[in-house]
Amino acid sequence: MHLGTLLAATALAAGLAATAAAQEVVVLGWGGAYTQSQVEAYHKPFTAATGIRVVSVDADNPATPIKAQVEAGNVTIDVASVEYADAVRLCDEGLLEVIDHAILAPAPDGTPATEDFLPGMLTDCMVGTDVFATVYAYDKTKFGDNPPTTIADFFDTARFPGKRGVRRGAKATLEMALMGDGVPADQVYSVLATPEGVERALAKLGAIKSEIVWWTAGSQPVQLLADGEVAMTIGWNGRLFNAAVGEGKPFAIVWDGQVYESEGWVIPKGAPNLENALKFVAFSTATEPLARAAEWISYGPPRASSAPLVGVFQLDGKTPMGPNLPTSPENLTNALLSDLDFWVDRDAELNERFNAWLLAN
Amino acid sequence: MAEATLTGPTALRTANGTPLKAALARASRRARLRAFLLVAPLLLFIVVTFVLPIGQMLHRSVHNDAFSAHMPALGAWFAANPRGTAPDEAAFAALAEDLRAAAAARSIGTVGTRINYEVPGTRSLFTSTARNAARLAPPYREALLAHNPDWGRADVWAAMRGASSAYSASFYLAALDLRRTPEGAVVRVEPGQRIYGQLFLRTFVLSAAITLICLALGFPVAHLLATLPLRRANLLMILVLLPFWTSLLVRTSAWIVLLQGQGVVNNVLVALGLVPEDGRLALMHNATGTIVAMTHILLPFMILPLYAVMKTIPPAYARAARSLGATSWTAFRRIYLPLCAPGIGAGAMLVFILAVGYYITPALVGGASGQLISNQIAYHMQTSLNWSLGAALATLLLAAVLALYWLYDRLVGIDNMKLG
Repeated sequence: MHLGTLLAATALAAGLAATAAAQEVVVLGWGGAYTQSQVEAYHKPFTAATGIRVVSVDADNPATPIKAQVEAGNVTIDVASVEYADAVRLCDEGLLEVIDHAILAPAPDGTPATEDFLPGMLTDCMVGTDVFATVYAYDKTKFGDNPPTTIADFFDTARFPGKRGVRRGAKATLEMALMGDGVPADQVYSVLATPEGVERALAKLGAIKSEIVWWTAGSQPVQLLADGEVAMTIGWNGRLFNAAVGEGKPFAIVWDGQVYESEGWVIPKGAPNLENALKFVAFSTATEPLARAAEWISYGPPRASSAPLVGVFQLDGKTPMGPNLPTSPENLTNALLSDLDFWVDRDAELNERFNAWLLAN
Repeated sequence: MAEATLTGPTALRTANGTPLKAALARASRRARLRAFLLVAPLLLFIVVTFVLPIGQMLHRSVHNDAFSAHMPALGAWFAANPRGTAPDEAAFAALAEDLRAAAAARSIGTVGTRINYEVPGTRSLFTSTARNAARLAPPYREALLAHNPDWGRADVWAAMRGASSAYSASFYLAALDLRRTPEGAVVRVEPGQRIYGQLFLRTFVLSAAITLICLALGFPVAHLLATLPLRRANLLMILVLLPFWTSLLVRTSAWIVLLQGQGVVNNVLVALGLVPEDGRLALMHNATGTIVAMTHILLPFMILPLYAVMKTIPPAYARAARSLGATSWTAFRRIYLPLCAPGIGAGAMLVFILAVGYYITPALVGGASGQLISNQIAYHMQTSLNWSLGAALATLLLAAVLALYWLYDRLVGIDNMKLG
């Protein structure tokens, strides 16, 4: 009898402990160095402050599992990191929770969040976390004294021989092809809006098609460049920077003709831990955590108040991050802001055309 | 007469007095029930994990209510007016009403995406109009056309009419590189947009090539396995099975290490001077990579059925043929090969059907020219999220495989297949 009571008490205690441990929030990220930056800047401080455990999971593109999960009525993700255009598209389709901007923390000087965030960083369903750029980088060991300096050089395999890594997808790829063909940044979308513009971009890619190695996950271009499989690759600036500075790889990023855009947190409709998800979003998008994240990966913070707080690269403790961010003025001389309206509308159509082109020999 | 004795008053009875026939029937019924209960878990498992998902996929390939569920008023107008009726003020009023409701319910993106499948570039027509739908006022025809003249396009209205019924064949048309004109005729899409026919063809050609290579490589190995002394055959068998037990991803990644430009194979060739440093062979990120890696991965599926059949062929048959004057080639062709046929059929069938549905290996080593139709199905399931088109492609693939199976049955006979 005595033993029975003891067992029951133990079971009860264990049950309580289990309930406490069940306080969690599942965050879906992009993996690699980018997720690492979020773990260091958001997940760990959040758990320390609230006791809520953060479960970090990865996908090649976190926007894609959301529709599947919401439509199947089996949502396991609480917060996901998605690109701006995807956030708007998913929001239009009713797959995301609307996030009330009133929950967001004001800047340290009291400026409300809605004014502190840069234009376009807050939408009905998304709270921006960073600005990233699709750039190209080259292997310094392959080009010696005559390195590539412009986006046109990426497409010039005669002067700069070697394989090229390119993302298997239309977005950013077509824009960079047009800029490589001499289209000024401010005219890219008006050219790309016409069928002739699309064909022009594909023709530019077609000229080096036999030299292209296609990639799909963000960690692949870094691997391809590190393995010597390609001489240059298009990739996301943060991962290339981390490999170059953090791991000492001989990569150099070319800040010309890159496409930059924002991404941020969204909450899928029916998230199992909605309350924790909102807490997590509010916590991680305060001024301080956003500035910390920019010290782990070179993506620009979306709040005006975060920029002055960004210090040195955490992985080497000495490289100042400011000049390496896509938002830094010296990197914006010939850069293109990704056009959200264009891609929300044309994504399916242009990817279809792109795939047809890719499969045609 | 015998029947009368069984059922009549003088019928045979068991010890407790029940008629023998009834007792027998009850006993066999119980046995049948027991047998059914034994297989019931498996049956349930197959229904839940196989029959239902495939049924759902077949259903999804013809059913898409993204438009019809959210645009009821316009759907009613289409139902009341036959095809060919020009949209009048009532139609535009219904459209405005639905756009307003869809904007409030946040379903307009879904609606726009559905029409965007049929008429590319029209998604924003829906979303931008819906954002301003609250301000639309009668007459709606002028108001909508003033907002965006695209609302007057015949192809948009034809697409909306097609989508106003949840059931349509439009995804099968898309999967066959066909489309419907606003007048209702079915035509091929522009040459630049024809993807799927070519991909289906490539899938079957590559699968056939892989099957043939597997047969050519697997036949001697299986023969060796069947004729070697048991101890050495066992060792060889382990060598065949070891890769079979290794994870698919591990084996594919191993091929990447071997085949890539800076990989083992190229390094060896360069070191031997067979290939110049700047002329390294492109062994992956193309169809070659797909064929090499898939042949390796599918080889055990060819060897095992072949081995099972060869093991049962007494060596005396070939010896008898030789003693009767046949050359070794004739003995092989007339005696050994026909006896192996059930194994060849089974192995070829297994390898071909597995190859036709392969997805991970081509995705990793296939580059652009080594992609198969399953990669495009995965693309529509995971990235473009056009599940209906993905389901239509998958259904066509299933139908093609079943047709080949039927052909095989007619030509060779399915009873003539031995799986081991």
